[in-house]
Amino acid sequence: MSSAEAVSGRDHILTVEHLTMRFGGLVAINDLSFEAERGKITALIGPNGAGKTTVFNCITGFYKPSEGMITLRHEDGTTFLLERLADYETAARARVSRTFQNIRLFAGMTVLENLLVAQHRTLMRASYYTVGGILGFGNYAAAEQEAVDFALHWLERVGLAERADDAAGDLPYGDQRRVEIARAMCTRPVLLCLDEPAAGLNPRESAELNELLMSIRESERLSILLIEHDMGVVMGISDHIVVLDYGEKISDGTPEEVRNDPAVIAAYLGVEDEEVEAVEQEIAQ
Amino acid sequence: MAETTLSRVNGTPEAVSGERRTTQAFKESLIAGGLAFLLSFPLLTHRTVQQAEGLVLEPRWLWGVIAAVVVFAGRLLLHFLVWDRQVVRAPVAPRLWQGLAAKPAPLSVWVGPLLLGLALIFPFLPFVDRRIMDLAILVLTYVMLGWGLNIVVGLAGLLDLGYVAFYAVGAYSFALLAQYFDLGFWVCLPLAGILAAFWGILLGFPVLRLRGDYLAIVTLAFGEIIRVVLLNWYSFTNGPDGISGIPKPSFFGLEFKRFGDNTFAGFFGIEYSTLHRFIYLYYIILALALLTNYVTIRLRRLPIGRAWEALREDEVACRSLGINITNTKLTAFAIGAMFGGFAGSFFATRQGFISPESFTFLESAIILAIVVLGGMGSQIGVAVAAFVMIGGGELLFREFAQYRMLVFGLAMVAIMVWRPRGLVGTRKATIAVGERKAIGGDLVGEGHG
Repeated sequence: MSSAEAVSGRDHILTVEHLTMRFGGLVAINDLSFEAERGKITALIGPNGAGKTTVFNCITGFYKPSEGMITLRHEDGTTFLLERLADYETAARARVSRTFQNIRLFAGMTVLENLLVAQHRTLMRASYYTVGGILGFGNYAAAEQEAVDFALHWLERVGLAERADDAAGDLPYGDQRRVEIARAMCTRPVLLCLDEPAAGLNPRESAELNELLMSIRESERLSILLIEHDMGVVMGISDHIVVLDYGEKISDGTPEEVRNDPAVIAAYLGVEDEEVEAVEQEIAQ
Repeated sequence: MAETTLSRVNGTPEAVSGERRTTQAFKESLIAGGLAFLLSFPLLTHRTVQQAEGLVLEPRWLWGVIAAVVVFAGRLLLHFLVWDRQVVRAPVAPRLWQGLAAKPAPLSVWVGPLLLGLALIFPFLPFVDRRIMDLAILVLTYVMLGWGLNIVVGLAGLLDLGYVAFYAVGAYSFALLAQYFDLGFWVCLPLAGILAAFWGILLGFPVLRLRGDYLAIVTLAFGEIIRVVLLNWYSFTNGPDGISGIPKPSFFGLEFKRFGDNTFAGFFGIEYSTLHRFIYLYYIILALALLTNYVTIRLRRLPIGRAWEALREDEVACRSLGINITNTKLTAFAIGAMFGGFAGSFFATRQGFISPESFTFLESAIILAIVVLGGMGSQIGVAVAAFVMIGGGELLFREFAQYRMLVFGLAMVAIMVWRPRGLVGTRKATIAVGERKAIGGDLVGEGHG
């Protein structure tokens, strides 16, 4: 690893090596390796069913990969082998946070409550694992106020401060997407994994999303891993793109490189459905 | 909406709403009456009579005619009094409902303290006698059990059909500790709670991987296992014969007896009355129930309570936010079980005698029904539901015991049709920067595991 870093001179927050995921006989991901740079936006694209969400689930601990190694490096040098962590530890200790393709907010709780649940671990410690909170000793009230302020800070960043007391399920779709991002940010992540954040957004909303992601990356020195179908978003904000097809990596590079890669064009961007197989066979040969 | 409907009613010629509607109503009522007569044919108009030559049918045509006339008249009345007016009234009614639903705050602001005040002075109300006191104690026991189960089912969304197991653990813990070690109620109360919580965790470990229906079935089995063990471990629990002579709680060392050295009546120089002990028991269970309520309200505003509710809403999202699902579920189970254990040990001291018969599945079902009817997660709803189901049943159906279950069932169906989310179907936010709003029940999850 260190040799690779020395060669490239880059600081990789996430290194995925030989990741394979099998479901019974189906190989969803086959020997996938890629890296994500610290403080950059890395996009994972590919046609439907290419295995992008499976990669996410492996990284965030929802699946245990069949083979391979996923290494996360914090800035202070601590490393985590993500495939060995239980799902909640991925968020809690390795500080990898994620959003979901189909929004998973706590619909019956208010937006503010959603953002406080995201700060569960900090608040649990402040309430002395509930004992102090029940008996009234410790400094829970102050900790909670701090958590509320942090939540409101993020609601302001996504432009929803005035909806803090509304039920999350009552918000329009685009707002729910942004709340989910704010909630993920409330876990204070070092790596944020966004699963199709622009899905279902209109052009104006996805332009706003672009801006939001860029500004978060700048202000928090956050690394973002992104799955997206909206090419406007992907090409606009990504520093690095990894293209998947049928669970394998077919291209890897800057937006410019990927855009001009014939394999990508064949598999994904510009070939008619009927021609895809023929072109792929050609590439394989 | 209101205007269009009104204009439709007013705009159409009077003839439509007048003569034609009347004939229409008559026609429908005739059909209904005829149907009623036909249906009453096998049910009312014939009766089997035992005679010397065997069973014979005895015709009672008058009954059928009466049934038909009643249905005819009823349908006609409904037409003129309800359905006809509804056309005009319909748009008003929903608005009225919306108004009520939008402002639950003033209602909930005074209902809680009012009920609490009533509960505090209840034993000194003039109409209270021993029977009513006994009933009040019973109702409060179920209020407490409902609040305890509410933590597991209402907040954490874990469907627990074996809650009575913890009730039994609490009751037997006290009874056995008293029998073998000669310990008193106040020493055993916390021990019973701890033991029940311990059993909650013990049950929790293997079953919390299960979700929804599967979890429900396993908790049901656990409840039965506890009961069957109590029934068959004769040498330890005395099996079906139960345990008797369980000590009564003392008042700072003073006992509620007519004669003796340290009697409550003797110490305070008042005349002995059997009611004293009941009043004392009443205040004990009231205090225990209020403790349950206070802890629950407090927990809801702590991170653990929010994590429970989040778990009920979406388990996967919880995991992605770094919440340890297993521990969170276990604490819900353990705390719910602990209050069940408290209630159980109170039950044992109140009865003075316990046997496995008191801890059947029906008890679990009743407690669960209280939680569901009250509105999952609502403290006041659960209290009202317990009062209606236990108190109402006991007060109204003492003479008609055989109809009790029938009315139970009907009431439950009616509530589920009328208010599918229980009596209090809204959820109150635990924290707010501005106004704390009520969240409609349709958004709040019911939990799947």
